[in-house]
Amino acid sequence: KSKKTLAKPGVKNIVLVDGVRTPFLQSGTIYADLMPHDLARAALQGLLNRTGLPKDAVDYIVYGTVIQEVKTSNVAREAALGAGFSDKTPAHTVTMACISSNQAMTTAVGLIAAGQCDAVVAGGVEFMSDVPIRHSRRMRKTMLSLNKAKTLGARLSLLGSIRLAHLAPELPAVAEFSTAETMGHSADRLAAAFGVSRLEQDEFALRSHTLAKKAQDSGLLSDVISFKVPGKDIVSKDNGIRPSTMEQMAKLKPAFIKPHGTVTAANSSFLTDGASAVLIMSEEKALAMGYKPKAYLRDFVYVSQDPKDQLLLGPTYATPKVLEKSGLTLNDIDVFEFHEAFAGQIMANLKAMESDWFAQTYMGRKTKVGAPPMEKFNSWGGSLSLGHPFAATGCRLVTTVAHRLQKEGGQYGLVAACAAGGQGHAMVIEAYPQ
Amino acid sequence: VKLFHVFIVFSFSCLLDVSSARTHVNYEIKGDVAVIRMNDPSVNTLSVQMQREMTEVMDEVWGNSAVQSVVLISSKPGSFIAGADLNMIQACTTAEEVTLLSQEGQKMFEKIEKSPKPIVAAINGSCLGGGLEFAIACQYRIATKSKKTVLGCPEVMLGLLPGAGGTQRLPKMLGLPSAFDMVLTGRSIRPDKAKKMGLVHQLVDTLGPGLKSPEERTIEYLEEVAVEAARGLAKKQIPLTKEKGLMQKIQDHVMSYPFVRQQIYNTVQKKVMKQTKGLYPAPLKIIECVKAGLEQGPTAGYLAESQNFGKLAMTPESKALIGLYHGQVTCKKNRFGTPEKEVKALAVLGAGLMGAGIAQVSVDKGIHTILKDTTLEGLSRGEQQVYKGLNDKTKKKSITTFERDSFLSNLTGQLDYNGFNKADMVIEAVFEDLSIKHKVLKEVEAVIPPHCIFATNTSALPIKDIAAVSKRPEKVIGMHYFSPVDKMQLLEIITTDKTSKDTTASAVAVGLKQGKVIIVVGDGPGFYTTRCLAPMLAEAVRVLQEGVDPKKLDSLTTGFGFPVGAATLADEVGIDVAAHVAEDLGKAFGSRFGGGNIEFLKSMVDKGFKGRKSGKGCYIYQPGLKRRDVNTEALEILESYKLTPNAAISSDSDIQYRLVSRFVNEAVLCLQEGILANPVEGDIGAVFGLGFPPCLGGPFRFVDSFGADKLVEKMRKFEEVFGNQFTPCQLLLDHAKDPSKKFHK
Repeated sequence: KSKKTLAKPGVKNIVLVDGVRTPFLQSGTIYADLMPHDLARAALQGLLNRTGLPKDAVDYIVYGTVIQEVKTSNVAREAALGAGFSDKTPAHTVTMACISSNQAMTTAVGLIAAGQCDAVVAGGVEFMSDVPIRHSRRMRKTMLSLNKAKTLGARLSLLGSIRLAHLAPELPAVAEFSTAETMGHSADRLAAAFGVSRLEQDEFALRSHTLAKKAQDSGLLSDVISFKVPGKDIVSKDNGIRPSTMEQMAKLKPAFIKPHGTVTAANSSFLTDGASAVLIMSEEKALAMGYKPKAYLRDFVYVSQDPKDQLLLGPTYATPKVLEKSGLTLNDIDVFEFHEAFAGQIMANLKAMESDWFAQTYMGRKTKVGAPPMEKFNSWGGSLSLGHPFAATGCRLVTTVAHRLQKEGGQYGLVAACAAGGQGHAMVIEAYPQ
Repeated sequence: VKLFHVFIVFSFSCLLDVSSARTHVNYEIKGDVAVIRMNDPSVNTLSVQMQREMTEVMDEVWGNSAVQSVVLISSKPGSFIAGADLNMIQACTTAEEVTLLSQEGQKMFEKIEKSPKPIVAAINGSCLGGGLEFAIACQYRIATKSKKTVLGCPEVMLGLLPGAGGTQRLPKMLGLPSAFDMVLTGRSIRPDKAKKMGLVHQLVDTLGPGLKSPEERTIEYLEEVAVEAARGLAKKQIPLTKEKGLMQKIQDHVMSYPFVRQQIYNTVQKKVMKQTKGLYPAPLKIIECVKAGLEQGPTAGYLAESQNFGKLAMTPESKALIGLYHGQVTCKKNRFGTPEKEVKALAVLGAGLMGAGIAQVSVDKGIHTILKDTTLEGLSRGEQQVYKGLNDKTKKKSITTFERDSFLSNLTGQLDYNGFNKADMVIEAVFEDLSIKHKVLKEVEAVIPPHCIFATNTSALPIKDIAAVSKRPEKVIGMHYFSPVDKMQLLEIITTDKTSKDTTASAVAVGLKQGKVIIVVGDGPGFYTTRCLAPMLAEAVRVLQEGVDPKKLDSLTTGFGFPVGAATLADEVGIDVAAHVAEDLGKAFGSRFGGGNIEFLKSMVDKGFKGRKSGKGCYIYQPGLKRRDVNTEALEILESYKLTPNAAISSDSDIQYRLVSRFVNEAVLCLQEGILANPVEGDIGAVFGLGFPPCLGGPFRFVDSFGADKLVEKMRKFEEVFGNQFTPCQLLLDHAKDPSKKFHK
């Protein structure tokens, strides 16, 4: 190892006490009738149960979400109140696409490092079974004017102005606002740019499902809590893990670029409902409260690049940067957890990290950082198989790194993820001495 | 006037190359697919060499039993095939020779069309003219969505027609209406539209950074997709004919009635006649070819196409248009070299029509632009103009709303001189009044850094008069934009004796970045363009005073080939501006600039008839109404300035030549006096800035083709009546005396 520890004199150690998540379910399945804050509540309560944390010991709550339910726009606060946290505990919601809960965690780290708080709960929730669908702009305008219309005549004339076309609903955008390109389309182009074949993508997706199944069966996914869904049975397992065969996967048609694209439903992450939560504390406070922390949260970076052609290359940019910051090399890392948006996106990132030409031409670096060895990479499955509730994934990655470090006995772990808007994130995690 | 973009590419490629080694076409066998790559050392054009090598390669491929299908692709990042080799056509001296060229092309593409092995054209970049005709002879077309990928038949803009099967294949492929639209307008079609029309079968996205440069990898990707498609075609997994939609079936059915087709021919013919006044032979010949093919069969169609192609190549119209094309290419280059410092920060003074227009064409090229006005109302109007200009582009889908927003972020509207200390160039577009210009120049010079260039946008005030109060006259230059700035392509740059070469280079560089076609002229009253226009407008006023109705005057001028009639032009320019300029130039040049009575213009202005901007001028303009009526009140004013026409020189034709000869004579005088550097810029300035008839190719080409002697003869006749306004200048007389003297070689 280049360094024995990343602890620095005079800098507060910040620890992950524990992390939990609800089972990640394909949207439209068992969670279908809930609301986002219900899932978030479940994760928060699960964390309280798991840690035995007194509710009033929490100084602050930060939660991430991407597609906002308008009724609970500060979903952090609604979920905290619903989960029985003290109404004296402030809570705010952050959003940064697929790295929203990473943002929630690093916000917590910042609050503790700045000496503002000692114990912060961070998390993320995404609920794709129900998304806000709006009236058209014209219709909204008419309806808002209707509120102000004073006379019956004015109201009738406004109602008369409604045309059939105004009734067409407006779905939440699945496309990048700046480029109007959907993420799957961009992923397919990215895979093509790096010459990632359909076969490579299907193989990687199959790997993800196979590893996830193995992890699930051998009880490694201990961050998953059971959740009694009102009116339904208790859920305690992710339901998107489905190892298939290469032959079956090869039959699928491309989902975005037709007819010659390579990204299919089988090698992409699927729409998922789920929530996650972690308890982050200063080491002193954790020890004082009698906790045995799982890991130190160390250096982290956020990066951003061209949202059109490099939308999903966040890990490539963030990894060397965070390693440099912490003074480690790729070889020092024992555990890698990368967010798998698309198999093609992961393969493209691995190829980019392995390319001197890319590092020199686009990243202003002298040499490549190198690709992580596959035996250390996402070995308990990933977003492709476990599911990807956008804002909940970040906490899952960090908790998984902590658990894998404990299980596999490594010292350093690395989390990296891409996000819409051409952004990215990476964090170095150090195992807590056992 | 927007006829001329970069189309058929002029290349000096390898006419002399007789070696057998292939330099333009090569191929590689990938399994059972032959990938033919075109790679002309300069630009891919259908030159003699390219055609010969292509024929050889095709024969080898057809003869190779291992090959089941073919992919045709260009190795050039920006172009598939940019068109026919113009040199090849221009080298011909008779119509028959050109006809023969056309027939050779037709034969080659016939073989392609009947190929027993399916051929996929993989298109990235421009696929124009002969390039498009090649592609549509192939069995399948795949195009990239690159911004550089455009498909079209621009031949009509050069006075020609698609002479290698385009007039025959397109109607069958796209249906009559779409085919006519494409061939008669010459418009460039973007990939998404091409897919919708059925011009291409499949689209391929452009790729970003990967393990190779985006351009290189995109071509590779296109090739991979095309090879797969070629295999699919050979194995009949991909059908060659698409199932027709209901609308298509209905259209086909309707078109199967001869009288319906006849109706379309008539409508199109009428529309062409209305738009061209019969001055452009190419569109009419195109209709003839399409008709021959559909009504009399392919043999007659292809024959008509090749013969008409030959005939058109020999017309003066085609030569004029090709001349303009070359001129435009020349005027898109900076003959003053690269400036020492690139202009990154620009400041525009005055947020009026011109100022805001200049700001608009700058911000969307990434130049940070300050737009300064003296009043909040003026500034607000100007910023709205920029917003509207860009927003209209989003409606046409040429830019996205996001691009609009990011362009607008380059614009800073303000009332003070804040930030001018960082400006690389200031363009002032304030009111045309010398004392105001002086005041502004002094204010600006007090705040700008030493390297900053001061450009003045004026249509007539001599730059040296404006520069007289400058502390640094080498940094002062004239930049004469034309209204509306975002639509008009010309920029006239005026240098004084003191303007430094680097200042000029910088102004040209900015203009080119703004997308302008540029002429650089010497200083003097009215420079070049305004100076040519003024005598013609003076003559137009006289014609009006002689009792010719504005509508009649307009039809006489448009009938000669001007896109806008003289009366309408006066309204567009502004009657007040016309009066102002006429007075200024009248003072500078004396009686030679006389003709119509300036007092008439002034009376119009007094009544508030300032042209389109004021709602009334020669015509009455009502918002939302396309129809315009003659302003009867203007006619009443005219009554009091009435002149009696001299019957000997007042026929329709006489009036046309009175107007045109004064324009042309002044242009030639500008060359004689050195205001113009060369006849090419004179032609480009007149056509792109003032709407001089494109079919005549500009005043200088007009003198060459019409004959200086004949023009002088006409002018002498007018001179007898009107005096020195029609005295031919010395240079024109020289050319009249010696017929071997030509402005264009």
